[in-house]
Parts: sequence; C-alpha cells; structure tokens
Amino acid sequence: MLEFLSQPWPWYIAGPLIGLTVPALLILGNKSFGISSSFRHACAACIPSKISFFKYNWKKETWNLFFVSGIFLGAVIAVSFIPNPNPMELNPQLVEELNTYGISNYDNLVPADVFVWDSLLSLKGIFIIVIGGFLVGFGTRYAGGCTSGHVIMGLSNLQWPSLIATICFMLGGLIMANLLLPLVLTL
Amino acid sequence: MMQEDKNSEKKNHTNEEAFCRNESQLNHKWYYNFKYLIVGVLFGILFVKAEVVSWFRIQEMFRFQSFHMYGVIGSAIAVGLISILIIKKFNIKTIYGEPISIAPKTFNKGQIFGGLLFGFGWAMTGACPGPIYALIGSGATVVIVMLLSAIAGTFVYGYLRDKLPH
Repeated sequence: MLEFLSQPWPWYIAGPLIGLTVPALLILGNKSFGISSSFRHACAACIPSKISFFKYNWKKETWNLFFVSGIFLGAVIAVSFIPNPNPMELNPQLVEELNTYGISNYDNLVPADVFVWDSLLSLKGIFIIVIGGFLVGFGTRYAGGCTSGHVIMGLSNLQWPSLIATICFMLGGLIMANLLLPLVLTL
Repeated sequence: MMQEDKNSEKKNHTNEEAFCRNESQLNHKWYYNFKYLIVGVLFGILFVKAEVVSWFRIQEMFRFQSFHMYGVIGSAIAVGLISILIIKKFNIKTIYGEPISIAPKTFNKGQIFGGLLFGFGWAMTGACPGPIYALIGSGATVVIVMLLSAIAGTFVYGYLRDKLPH
C-alpha cells in the first residue's frame, strides 16, 4: 500500500480530489477557495502601515492562514512517509533543453541546481526565486486571485473575469517559459 | 433563490474594499479553524504526490510537453463546477446551517495586467501561491525567500494600488 502511494499520483486521481476542496471549504464554513489572499493577510497582520488596502479585520480571515499552514504540513507528511524514491519522469525534450542550461538533477520536485540557498548568490537564482516570487505576490493580488481563486474557484463558479485572468496567466506563462526564461537560465 | 443570489451579489459589491470573502457571520472560537488545517493537510499531500508543486511539471505545461497539469487543473474545475451546481440546486447549507454564498468576481483591468505578471512569475518560479507553502514543507527551504518576496510583492501592490490602472 505504502509503495503504491509513494508513486506519483495520476492526474485523474489528484485533479478531482483537488476539486473537492471547493465544496469542502464552502460546506465547512462558507469559505471560498483561495490561497494568494494569505499574502495579503500576512501584510495586514505583520507589516504596520497606513495603507487602506491592508486595513481590514484580518483576524476574521484566520481560517486562510490555518489552511496554508495545513498545505505546508501536508507536504512535510508526504515527503516523510510516502516519498517518491525515483527521479522525476520528464518529457525527454524538456530534459534535453534543461541540460543545455546545466540543470541535470531530477531527483527532487524542483531542480537542486537552482533551488538551494547558494543560488541566491547567482543572478539566475535571484531572478527565479526573488524576482519570480515578487511577481507571484504582486501579480496575484493585482489580478485579484491566483490559480486556486480564479482558475479553480472562479471558473467552477462560471465567473467570466476569472476566465480572462486564467487566459492572462497562461499567456504570461507561455511568454516567460518559452521566450524569457531560457535567457535567465543561461545567466 | 435567484432573488437571494442577486441580493448577496449586491452586498458583496459594496464590500469589495472591505474584502469580505468570508461571508460567515458566525463568531467561532479560534480553534474552530483547525478543520481548515486538516483540509490544507490533505491538499498539501495531493500537491506533492501529484507533483503539481514541481518546477519541472510547470515547465512541461507551458511548453505543451505533458498533459498532466492540464488534466489536474481541468478535472479539478470539472469537480468544482459540478459541486457548486449541486450546492446551488439543492440549496445546501454549511455544517452550521448557514446558507452558502459565493462572492462574484468583478472585472477590472487588473485581471489582465496582474494576470500577465503572475503568469511570468508562475513560469519563473514554477510555483503558484499554494505550491510555495508545499515546497517549503517538502524541504526546499530556500523557497522561504520566495514566500517573503511574494509577500513583499503583495505589499508593494497595496502601496501602489491607487496609481495602477484598474
């Protein structure tokens, strides 16, 4: 059983279960699925400021911070008890491309050549971790949601602004992954 | 029921600035929030085991080299859609007996500009906000810097908000 669970889970198991988060949160307490809001609550709770965007009763949104803490804990449990013993199985075309940038370690979920503390001393690492992270926080709040709030929750509720957001997420990702990121990775 | 929907839509509109995504009027003790922690734990396990948090899988997705991510997101939307239809059709209430209401999304240009910027960040980091938390838990501790950077990005957005096109 554990061996079976250790394998990467196929999309047709994981996807529907992720979708069930939507009714689970609604039925447990009328909560709309969304994760990027946690960044806003962090700002409201931890950074003193006079900015009206962060002046609201964040304590009412504590559930969201519990939820994201759960995501962190879930990941700890997954890698501790049912870790995937094998390297990632990737499209050979991607492997070939990444090899040209010096990315050759496929043992973890993220490339160990980039996602280590040392890489903060390199331009490549600063772009991917620091600037990339900044764009995730800035962009999701500007767009009013992320993959969970817009793509999953918004589209599930047939919200057309979420469809526009989803198209723009994809468009931005396509441009970055295919045109700009290759330049960053050769730094 | 339609009437009820319209009313809640109007209410949410005026509350947008006040950020009332949490429509519950109940005041529970803080430890009632542990149930969301448990949902989060299950969600985090799914994220890691389905490799949704993998930078590699996101690179495959944006290069159209694998169906995996499209399958995950597509089937998640399908299940979410059917669930919400059922909730609305049968007027299902929360476990505390409150009617379920979902705040509608209102369009502004932020969904375009912010959407593109987040798309850039998503492809760079290989992580949307949920996976950031999961990656830290999976042992990639440098992602803590990414999280702090994302919080800083959100703060800068809040600071510049009045000057940005919406």
